[in-house]
Amino acid sequence: MDGLSDLIRRKSASIALIIGVFVFWEVACLIGGISDIVLPRPTQIIASLIQYWPAIRPHAGQTLFTTLAGFGIGVLIGVAFGVAIGSSRLAYDTAYPLLVGISSIPKVAVVPIFVLWFGAGTVPAILTAAIICIFPIVVNVATGIATVEPELEDVMKTLKASKWDILWNVSLPRAMPYFFASLKVAVTLAFVGSVVAETVASNRGIGNMMMVASSTFNVPLVFAGLFILAGLGVGLYAIFSLAESRVTGWAHRKDLAVT
Amino acid sequence: MTLALAKVAPPPDDGMAAQETGSPETDGAARVSSARPFIEFEKVTVRFGKGDKQVQALSETSLAIAEGDFVALVGPSGCGKSTLLKLVGDLLKPSTGHVFVGGRELGATPIRIGMAYQNPTLLPWMNIRDNVMLPLKIVPPFRSEFSAKRKTEFRDRVEALLAQVGLAGFGDKFPWQLSGGMMQRANLCRALIHEPDLLLLDEPFGALDQFTREELWQIMQDLWMSKKTTVLLVTHDLREAGFLANRICVMSARPGRILDDSPVAFARPRGIDMTYEAEFVALNQRLRSLIVAARGGTGIVQAGGH
Repeated sequence: MDGLSDLIRRKSASIALIIGVFVFWEVACLIGGISDIVLPRPTQIIASLIQYWPAIRPHAGQTLFTTLAGFGIGVLIGVAFGVAIGSSRLAYDTAYPLLVGISSIPKVAVVPIFVLWFGAGTVPAILTAAIICIFPIVVNVATGIATVEPELEDVMKTLKASKWDILWNVSLPRAMPYFFASLKVAVTLAFVGSVVAETVASNRGIGNMMMVASSTFNVPLVFAGLFILAGLGVGLYAIFSLAESRVTGWAHRKDLAVT
Repeated sequence: MTLALAKVAPPPDDGMAAQETGSPETDGAARVSSARPFIEFEKVTVRFGKGDKQVQALSETSLAIAEGDFVALVGPSGCGKSTLLKLVGDLLKPSTGHVFVGGRELGATPIRIGMAYQNPTLLPWMNIRDNVMLPLKIVPPFRSEFSAKRKTEFRDRVEALLAQVGLAGFGDKFPWQLSGGMMQRANLCRALIHEPDLLLLDEPFGALDQFTREELWQIMQDLWMSKKTTVLLVTHDLREAGFLANRICVMSARPGRILDDSPVAFARPRGIDMTYEAEFVALNQRLRSLIVAARGGTGIVQAGGH
């Protein structure tokens, strides 16, 4: 009972804060007389969201598609590399410097290269989303696998367990909390990648729509695009949070104890 | 010196039990000693590292352990007790010499080994039953039958073993819901569920409070008496070694070698009260003085050098 009311109190506080920010924004714009060319009020943004919805929807679908496609590719490659690097000392020592080097490149800078290779449109957006979310996944999966207790490894080895046995029964389940933590980061990063690529080189997607809207000074529509991106990002984050608590509840036993 | 200890009389209060359990045990020992020893170290040394940084962990050691015996290794910290255990478990190769287990050189041995460390290392995402069942998923011949029998025969086996260590009804609990002593009992079950020929214990009770530890000694003794697995126990605790083992090997400070090898003849089942009786205390004090001397030899010189 105590736990439940505590949960409601925490949730209601954060909801109140969100509503409060929007009310403050609205009131400040009204009192300050700020033009909607500079900063539209939330009500104006919502109005334009409704007004342009038929035009916005395909763009939102495109951005969601490129983000998820890129994210999916990133997860596959990230997990494969993470497992390889985490389970072998040699692979770790060999590949880690290269990975750090690649990760320190601002991913936005590779968009022109992708455009050069694949032309403007969907493919550069997917690839940018993929490349931007690979690194956090690789590092987290590798960490989860490499930090298996040596005593546990000894126990498994005395059972004559193969490398595959150890990976499947011990290392991979153990890496799951690390993996899901990285998924939440990666999915938001994937949005950054796809929107940046759309802004630079595409005629579809929310990024492109915002570029077009800003060039015609339709500022409420630019902000409507931001709202859509925020909504998509929060939605995906929530989905992966839920999946995380389902799959790796054992690693969050304090949360479990509350409910 | 070994003979003197072998003559130690059984404690008076356990006199009856001693005569009953004593004789089959000596029969068993006689039968095994005629064959090749179960574990045999032949002039084994272990060195770690290379060049100037090389450290000798184990100086030339030869040791034979009979099948079904319970041997404790005691000695100062860092003396190579765990190294010896890892050699037997095939986790480490000797630098020179040979280790034979079950009459064959290490690596070629088809015997089953169970192992338990001080850190229980139970998998947090599995309940206790699945944790204990893990070796059955990996070790042949159980491995091939695992998916068919995991909900029937294997489950019953796990429950029976859990009941034997006082964890009946805890199969559905998760490791974090258990106390340290309970986790260690589950750890022992995991080391024994696949009926190993050899059980390797590396300070399994080291992190427990004294009363829990003594409780687990008794559980360990019961398990050993019912299964007659060969056990190699590494411990810092001389009372633990004396209570559990049939034979205690004292190792010197690094590079380790075996200084003393004494049988422990107290009758089984042994009770905790026995550990306060004169013969037991005398054994303890003798072992203690050996270890103090072993520590003093290098320990003080090293302390002065630093």
